[in-house]
Amino acid sequence: MKAIVTVVGKDRVGIIAGVCTALANYNVNVLDISQTVMQGYFTMMMAAEVSMCNVPLGELVTGMEKIGKEMGLSIRVQREDIFEAMHRI
Amino acid sequence: MLNRNDILQTQDMIDKRHLDIRTITMGISLLDCCDPDLSVCCAKIYKKITTCAKDLVKVGEDIEREFGIPIVNKRISVTPISIVAGSCDTDSYVEIARTLDAAAATCGVNFIGGFSALVQKGATTGDWKLIRSIPQAMAATERVCASVNVGSTKAGINMDAVAEMGRIIKKTAELTADNQGLGCAKVVVFANAVEDNPFMAGAFHGVGEPECVLNVGVSGPGVVYHALQGIKGQPFDVVAETIKKTAFQITRMGQLVGMEASRRLGIPFGIVDLSLAPTPAVGDSVARILEEMGLEICGTHGTTAALALLNDAVKKGGVMASNHVGGLSGAFIPVSEDEGMIAAAESGTLVLDKLEAMTCVCSVGLDMIAVPGDTSAATISAIIADEAAIGMVNSKTTAVRIIPAPGMGVGDRVEMGGLLGSAPVMPVHEPASEAFIARGGRIPAPLQSLKN
Repeated sequence: MKAIVTVVGKDRVGIIAGVCTALANYNVNVLDISQTVMQGYFTMMMAAEVSMCNVPLGELVTGMEKIGKEMGLSIRVQREDIFEAMHRI
Repeated sequence: MLNRNDILQTQDMIDKRHLDIRTITMGISLLDCCDPDLSVCCAKIYKKITTCAKDLVKVGEDIEREFGIPIVNKRISVTPISIVAGSCDTDSYVEIARTLDAAAATCGVNFIGGFSALVQKGATTGDWKLIRSIPQAMAATERVCASVNVGSTKAGINMDAVAEMGRIIKKTAELTADNQGLGCAKVVVFANAVEDNPFMAGAFHGVGEPECVLNVGVSGPGVVYHALQGIKGQPFDVVAETIKKTAFQITRMGQLVGMEASRRLGIPFGIVDLSLAPTPAVGDSVARILEEMGLEICGTHGTTAALALLNDAVKKGGVMASNHVGGLSGAFIPVSEDEGMIAAAESGTLVLDKLEAMTCVCSVGLDMIAVPGDTSAATISAIIADEAAIGMVNSKTTAVRIIPAPGMGVGDRVEMGGLLGSAPVMPVHEPASEAFIARGGRIPAPLQSLKN
């Protein structure tokens, strides 16, 4: 099962490192990263494989949200299906 | 990987445009709960509901978290109680309403629908008992919703039931006068009621439905409104196309959530109800969509045409997005639950007569409308009859959910709170309809040919 991780926040050193470490601790494999900085704001989208995640998906969502708050970022994890359903026929 | 703009667009719809799944509603058959002994019947009902729906709220919340989309309501609909309780040796079904209320509370759902009777052609003894239990049942319970189907295209309109429902609604308002007649917000009078409606207050689990089923109602007026803001001044062809595309996206979300929920609950997936259901929140209004099409205030000339286009485009977009469509499927125009409708009604532009015209081209009917507390039962019955006639002749569902707010007059506002919103008291016509309603009997079913 794949999930999309969206990270938004003020740009600074170590965002990708921090987020990837947190995901690695959950045993989540990052498949693809796309990121950009616009007017000082960092936006990153990751596709991640969550089938092997060591906690239920719901816990991953709230866990990453919490880590995001600690890092001063918004981190959102959502199952990929929702975007596939809306944007692909 | 998915296009980043697609991802951002979906998140934007959820965060800023009020995109949500309005309801996942579990339909449960209570046909195996019949018993001559009322207390045994109640015990069976409680057990069945709390067994079937024990995981409903948890599954809903899990899906919300995993997909990142709000599921605003988790609800239950049951077999019309007049059928289930028909063999009970009792004169009042209030105790059953209390049982439904308790079962809903145990399951953690905010509404349970199905305190219902289908009397379009005639009422059984059980149907009359149910109808006459409605006022007390609505006063004694918090979560139970009642509905009565008084007419259909095939059967005509049962005017005895229409007359009685006027009195029942008045009585319900009186018994819940402490809450400004709130009980009436949980009572719907239908023509051509559907068996798989996931939306309250009119949901019930029809006898043609399976043992247990999951139906989904989507929402998204805010998303449609926002999409139309991007095409100002363009011809209606473009408007219709834009609404269709948006409705497709919204409905796909509903289909996905419905399939996932039914899989986890181990019950069949029923239908997606293709509806634009507004809320009182700013930016989640059907009225504002109509105004965005170029009307100064909803209710002015052109409103019916705008609504017809909206309703049709929503269905066309939604049909392809889901494998089974059902329920009410259309734009809702509940006055109290729509910020733009409230404003339009308060400005005096949106009046009852215009709303009635609007119900000819959309789902569902005169919904969540407050009228003066001294409105007579006969006038309410006559309003119901008019609405039922529109449904009967046009082969569509129509409904009346009307609140004769005790002690209130035109200019006052009924505050119901939450999703039910607040309703400005609207004027009704003064001349009486007493003699018309007093006739009783049945209005024959209309011809289905020679259509003009």
